[in-house]
Amino acid sequence: MAKILAVDDSASMRSMVAFTLRGAGHDVDEADNGQAAIDTARGTKFDLVLADVNMPVMDGISMVREMRTMAGYSGVPILMLTTESNPEKKMEGKAAGATGWLVKPFDPDQLLATVARVLG
Amino acid sequence: MSKVDLAQFHKAFHEESLDGLDAMEQALLALDEGADDPELINVVFRAAHSIKGGAATFGFADVAAFTHVAENLMDEVRSGRRPMDKAVVELLLRSGDTVRDMLSLSMAGQPAATAESQGLLAELSAMVSGVAAAAPAAARAAAPVEAIEGWDIAFRPFDYLLKTGNDPARMFRELAALGPLQVSCDATALPALADMDASSSYLGWTLRLDAGAKRAAVEGVFDWVDGDCDLTLTPRIAVPVVEPVVAAPVAAPATAAPRAVRDVAANTEASSVRVGIEKIDTLINLVGELVITQSMLSQFHDGVDPGQLDMLRQGLAQLSRHTRELQESVMSIRMLPISTVFNRFPRLVRDLAQKLEKKVVLDMRGETTELDKTVLEKIGDPLVHLVRNAIDHGLEVPARRLAAGKGDTGTLRMEAFHRGGSIVVEVADDGAGLNRDAIVAKAIQRGIIASGDGMSDDAVADLIFEAGFSTAAATTDLSGRGVGMDVVRRNVMDLGGTVSIRSTHGSGTTFTIALPLTLAIIDGLTAAVGAETYIVPLVSIVESVQVKPDAIRSVAGGGELFRFRDHWLPIVRLYDVFGCEGPRRAIDEGIVIVVEGEGTRIGLFVDELIGQQQAVVKSLEANYRRVAGISGATILADGAVALIADVAGLVRLQSRRKAA
Repeated sequence: MAKILAVDDSASMRSMVAFTLRGAGHDVDEADNGQAAIDTARGTKFDLVLADVNMPVMDGISMVREMRTMAGYSGVPILMLTTESNPEKKMEGKAAGATGWLVKPFDPDQLLATVARVLG
Repeated sequence: MSKVDLAQFHKAFHEESLDGLDAMEQALLALDEGADDPELINVVFRAAHSIKGGAATFGFADVAAFTHVAENLMDEVRSGRRPMDKAVVELLLRSGDTVRDMLSLSMAGQPAATAESQGLLAELSAMVSGVAAAAPAAARAAAPVEAIEGWDIAFRPFDYLLKTGNDPARMFRELAALGPLQVSCDATALPALADMDASSSYLGWTLRLDAGAKRAAVEGVFDWVDGDCDLTLTPRIAVPVVEPVVAAPVAAPATAAPRAVRDVAANTEASSVRVGIEKIDTLINLVGELVITQSMLSQFHDGVDPGQLDMLRQGLAQLSRHTRELQESVMSIRMLPISTVFNRFPRLVRDLAQKLEKKVVLDMRGETTELDKTVLEKIGDPLVHLVRNAIDHGLEVPARRLAAGKGDTGTLRMEAFHRGGSIVVEVADDGAGLNRDAIVAKAIQRGIIASGDGMSDDAVADLIFEAGFSTAAATTDLSGRGVGMDVVRRNVMDLGGTVSIRSTHGSGTTFTIALPLTLAIIDGLTAAVGAETYIVPLVSIVESVQVKPDAIRSVAGGGELFRFRDHWLPIVRLYDVFGCEGPRRAIDEGIVIVVEGEGTRIGLFVDELIGQQQAVVKSLEANYRRVAGISGATILADGAVALIADVAGLVRLQSRRKAA
């Protein structure tokens, strides 16, 4: 069981991710934009962060960039939830320090497989 | 397979998509008016992007395909490759409408691609340079695959790799899952301990995988670190063969669905409420307080020691305060800002003004004013009607405005505010105002009045609410939909509200709608009739009077009239209407409550007035059946049930009796 932060401005996507991961026994916190995620991550140490790219207030790329400067978050896996229409976002995310990505649309099984891959 | 049923997220997806579309529409309208804010473009992009992502995830391929192209168009705008001009705004506004319809169809389990959506998709695709209207999940052509016995892998991460959260050990585990793996480490680049940075990577590895894994599988292990390492993948190939290429399935063009879009949309009123977190917090707090009070009062279960009386009194006072606050708090959950209704008007006003070649500025105020959700859902249509009327009949074309000495642009003001225990919504225009002579002439022609002589301007203006009255000489396709102002008045009255009009010839018309704060609780007067208790809504009560027997006139057919301020009003004895048992009182021993419903006054005769109280309305229809003259029931403090009088219904009953 890992402590996971799910970041997405879409409530339906976020609850799908959270519901799936909780069903697999993980402890999941949610945030609806990058800034909210940063604020949450300052108070709690997460084992894994899953973040959407396009969000209001602070997008996912800026969030990764800032999170990587935070104490304790240098090597924490951060996966971008990106769409295949935007391959350049993968590279942008990597440049900002993201660990990898999960391409939307994904189903609960793909999500669990990817999370298992990162958490080992 | 995990057992996650995606259908449970459909409703949330639908609602957030509708919110996104609303935000998109508002942003588009602001852009259309010349606003120059990159965030507006982002809002439109994000709406299309989120809906696409969600639709693809939750299995609505048609919606995903459509929004994919809209998103591409927005991406061109966002990256500066295309200006946000009128054509783009227009197309995206129509796209928003179409997506709304497609979502409704999808939620109803019907195919979302209609002839209309396919046509618009073609227009969108034509506008987006070089993007075909293919589904986003277009299958890639199968590539020839080598027959592989194993892999030799050289892997040297750049020094920062660990900081990206990628762990070589994790990758090796993945490789090992593909087959037997030998790993050797090259530590020659390792610096002296003193110079070492624990979060940097100094090692290199050579790996030998003895399994015929496909290239994609091996590459997949390293896909996240592409560009963050030196990597060579060398397959050990036995005999090269070519895997037969299977034709990629092409997404079949979606079939045209029946054009029942609007019907579906009408039936999908969202029945959940999104509530601000502070309202929930208040509730939780209050419940906490109640628990404390309850435990305080529970000390008295063995009877009260006289010395503790004060404490008991204090506890009860606290309990009643908390209960009231809790009730208010729970009620506020049903309250939503009127902006949820107002939001549709910028678009409506823009489209109407364009069509009628009028210049209109919409001035909306008090959008944060909160209204009961049920009231909100039902006030939309009357407001649309008033706004259509104001633009169609009230505001003049620019030339006429200039001739009248006004600016060429008309102003339409929509405003919501609190006044007493009501919410007031005003729709005001600075147009030509009502034409008294035309109204009087029309009312005479329709047989509503015999002559306009001696009628006040307000009384004349009120005529437009009469059934069968229409001011437009020729019905236009805008407001002339066979629905008159009488329907507006009836709709508002059904909500327990009133609508009035104020007009000045030459300078404009103002419609004022006053609505109750909520439909779930009414303020009522409790009255005894025989052994029963009835509740008469306070809003309908004009006055309560005692009537002397000699002030009564009997009329043919058994009716009774009494004189009230120069008018003869019918007396309705509630005993007779509701068939109450028990002794009947003489007229001067009881009380007549003068009430007004649908513009008509009657006197309700009851035994006595008991008092005033708030009543939580329980539906009679849901628990029993509809009863004429009764709008619902409530539970009294002593646990007895009281029926709530439906004043408008009683007025109708009375006029039917008169006619019979």
